[in-house]
Amino acid sequence: MTILLALLAGLIFGLGLLLSGMSNPAKVLGFLDIGGAWDPSLAFTMAGAISVAMPCFFWARHHSRTWLGLPLELPARTGVDRKLVLGSVLFGIGWGLSGICPGPALVGLGGGFLPAGVFALGLYFGIVLYSRINEPVQRPDA
Amino acid sequence: MGIHMSIDWLQFTPWTALAGGGLIGLSAGLLVTGLGRIAGISGIFAAMFQSREPGNGWRWAFILGLLLSPWLLQALTPEVPVFPEFEITHPRQWLVLAVAGLLVGYGTRMANGCTSGHGVCGLARLSPRSLAAVSIFMGSAMVTVALRHLLGGAS
Repeated sequence: MTILLALLAGLIFGLGLLLSGMSNPAKVLGFLDIGGAWDPSLAFTMAGAISVAMPCFFWARHHSRTWLGLPLELPARTGVDRKLVLGSVLFGIGWGLSGICPGPALVGLGGGFLPAGVFALGLYFGIVLYSRINEPVQRPDA
Repeated sequence: MGIHMSIDWLQFTPWTALAGGGLIGLSAGLLVTGLGRIAGISGIFAAMFQSREPGNGWRWAFILGLLLSPWLLQALTPEVPVFPEFEITHPRQWLVLAVAGLLVGYGTRMANGCTSGHGVCGLARLSPRSLAAVSIFMGSAMVTVALRHLLGGAS
């Protein structure tokens, strides 16, 4: 049931990215181009996503178990630290260079959209690089 | 010189953008109320490979759903192309895409979230930390796009 629900959520998320235009890099770059010919469409995507998700998170805050009986694990961190700031700056540079963020990268990879596939390769190595630098693997002796 | 803003009405698609957003919100809502998890794609994708904890299967299933979604859409609307045409005019553009991916992968791990985790889930639960992250990555992306225009680096 857990697996089925996760699969369904992934499918719905992907359809949402495709329908909204988030999976089209040119559309995303048009949204980020506030100084040029601005396409504000994706602001409606954010508004739509947040307004549907908000009551669900409100429900989650007032329950300790999900409707499947699983424990609810919401992030507890609240502070803004150097890593959050620097990481977000780097993410924004990559997003602005390509018009692609992680969700659309995977949707594009699955659908054979080549620019997203090349981006996804970089994405994977970026994740690996971060954990190599910050959480070095403890190699067993001998 | 005042602030000049022009809206690209030809590209403006508020209804599909809103409906697509609704689906994204629905997915995030299902995941948190059913599985008790945050629909943060960068986090799920990273933990999928790295997490040694049992019960990692839901991550693989969620990512599989993302990968399969274009095929589902293609089956629902066979006459509409799922992805736009793209034209690579210079090999350098592949390098830019790969480097952009690298920056996004590294940056989202460092900031512990991307457009979905901070942008949708974080803002929906009114997290100040996520609001800071979203303001910073949107600002940084907008500056990057503006700088590319200034430097004449089209697409």
